[in-house]
Amino acid sequence: MSSPRRSYPLFELIRARLLEIAREPEAIFWVFFFPIGMALALGFAFRDKAPEPVSVGITGRAQTSVLREALTRSALLKPQVFSSIEEGRAALRVGKIALLVENGSPIVYWYDPTRPDSRLAKFEVDQALQGAAGRKDPVAVRDELVREKGSRYIDFLLPGLLGLNLLSTSVWGISYSIVNARLKKTLKLMTATPMRRSDYLLAQMLSRFALLALEAAVIVVFGLLVFQVPLRGSFSAFVLLCAVCGLSFTGLGLLCGSRVQTIEGVNGLINLILVPMWLFSGVFFSPDRFPKALHGPIQALPLTAANDALRAVMLEGRGLSTLAPQIAVLAVWGIISYAIALKIFRWQ
Amino acid sequence: MEAAYAIECRGLVKRYGDVTAVDGLDLAISPGECFGLLGPNGAGKTTTIEILEGLNRPDSGEVTILGRHWGTHERELRERLGASLQESRFLDKLTVFETLRLFRSFYRDGKTPEEAMRDLSLEEKRDTRVMKLSGGQRQRLAVACALTGNPEILFLDEPTTGLDPQSRRQLWEHIRAFRSRGGTVLLTTHYMEEAEQLCDRVAIVDHGKVIGEGTPAQLIGRLRAPNVLDFTSEPPAPLELVAAIPGAFQPRQRGNHWSVSVSSLAEAIPALLSALDQSGSRLEELSTRRAMLEDVFLALTGRELRDE
Repeated sequence: MSSPRRSYPLFELIRARLLEIAREPEAIFWVFFFPIGMALALGFAFRDKAPEPVSVGITGRAQTSVLREALTRSALLKPQVFSSIEEGRAALRVGKIALLVENGSPIVYWYDPTRPDSRLAKFEVDQALQGAAGRKDPVAVRDELVREKGSRYIDFLLPGLLGLNLLSTSVWGISYSIVNARLKKTLKLMTATPMRRSDYLLAQMLSRFALLALEAAVIVVFGLLVFQVPLRGSFSAFVLLCAVCGLSFTGLGLLCGSRVQTIEGVNGLINLILVPMWLFSGVFFSPDRFPKALHGPIQALPLTAANDALRAVMLEGRGLSTLAPQIAVLAVWGIISYAIALKIFRWQ
Repeated sequence: MEAAYAIECRGLVKRYGDVTAVDGLDLAISPGECFGLLGPNGAGKTTTIEILEGLNRPDSGEVTILGRHWGTHERELRERLGASLQESRFLDKLTVFETLRLFRSFYRDGKTPEEAMRDLSLEEKRDTRVMKLSGGQRQRLAVACALTGNPEILFLDEPTTGLDPQSRRQLWEHIRAFRSRGGTVLLTTHYMEEAEQLCDRVAIVDHGKVIGEGTPAQLIGRLRAPNVLDFTSEPPAPLELVAAIPGAFQPRQRGNHWSVSVSSLAEAIPALLSALDQSGSRLEELSTRRAMLEDVFLALTGRELRDE
């Protein structure tokens, strides 16, 4: 009743891990449906369309209908009449309107100059009223409208979502699986067999790589089909970049899971690492908006490097040779994480 | 050269902070033997078996398994041992077959998953996920995994804790089958019945020390009072009355039920009857039995095992 080994432990460990993931509906949701749902929601919310007209209020003692007619001619304005100035100001206060026009002599503009839409409304209203009153512009101008694929919000967003998703699924997936195995003493049980410990950790990494590849493919193909988000760089550059991201992010996942003994503990640790990156690493908006002093530390975050590099490859079609700083940041995070994780890993 | 002992350890000590979990423990277990570490929870059994399994390092003391040491021959030893740990769980989402296939891949030689399932009567559960198995089936899977590499020594830490009597007996059969093929077994248990049923020799462990060692029959035979009287009376007998029975040892009361170890039934029973009669107490129940390992534990420690 003895027969030689038929399959390699590394292969079996990867297979077992993938079977586990495939049987976990939540994992499938976070890996595939979450980024797609996010891209759909934000992509449609910010899709290219005629700009929404700005609501402005009109009030005053008499003849508000003349004002209203003048403002209605502008496609960018949506005027509405208030019977008293108090009512109009109340609407302004809660943001129902961006600007209140008080008819009189002179006409008074009520608005908050720190609100961009209010400043825009003031400009548009003034233009419309002065035009209606017969002002002629001394310089002739013409508008030329540009709507190029690759410069829309969704083009900015999709590579960011890809980076974010590669990071979160790596960190959650690996550290949860390890902490769970430690909690249930599965790790200890495995170390009582001749299994090589490196095989276990390698299997965690490689099974995650297989998933990351699928994940990246789904997000990119989805972006291409639904929003025509381009992949301008070479396919091999994109694949290599994703692999470097994977290496870095799985390292972080392994590090998060290397010692923690409770689910609560690992939850806290992961949030501590991920939440700042959600915020600072330019997933939803450019990190240039943060104060200058923060730019250095933000550039050093692995997700910032990943997002910058993914955008450069996807949107600008740049090759990896031009992305050395970002790749270096990712590699350093990956190598340091793996080195520390292996050193401090707790099997029991 | 084959080692004289399958498992041998001398002077094991393991401390956790101020607590000494294992306190100078010696064991020598021959090849083919089934040896039981017996004792209450917290006696140091699990720490001891995990040190012997190479999962835990002692603060001092020496461990020799199959003539080898953990420090120098870990990989070889892992190929030759099988272990099921206390409260350890498998991957919930894998099936029985997938779990066995995974564990089989860790060993150079061993059983196919089909053979392992047949040996532990798990064929019907082949495609059932681990999370859906009953406690008994999970324990059988744990033993099947421990046996999948055809080990020479099987370590079982509390293999039947929490199982119903039928599942327990079923698992005993599988352990006996491994022994009948020449395997060595070291198990821990706090069920005295399990030790009596399965083990050739037992060591009674308390506070990290071996306080008694031998075959179950030897341990019982060494008792000064190898018989036990169990009785109830109305009104309940006072302690002085029970303690005054000739050869009485360690009387213990549970409600109005008394148990007392005695050296000779022929002397004790008439004395008990007349003492009850004189005190105006009426005997309601009386039974006698041979002492069991549980009584050995009581005699050695002054405490009852089941209270722990």
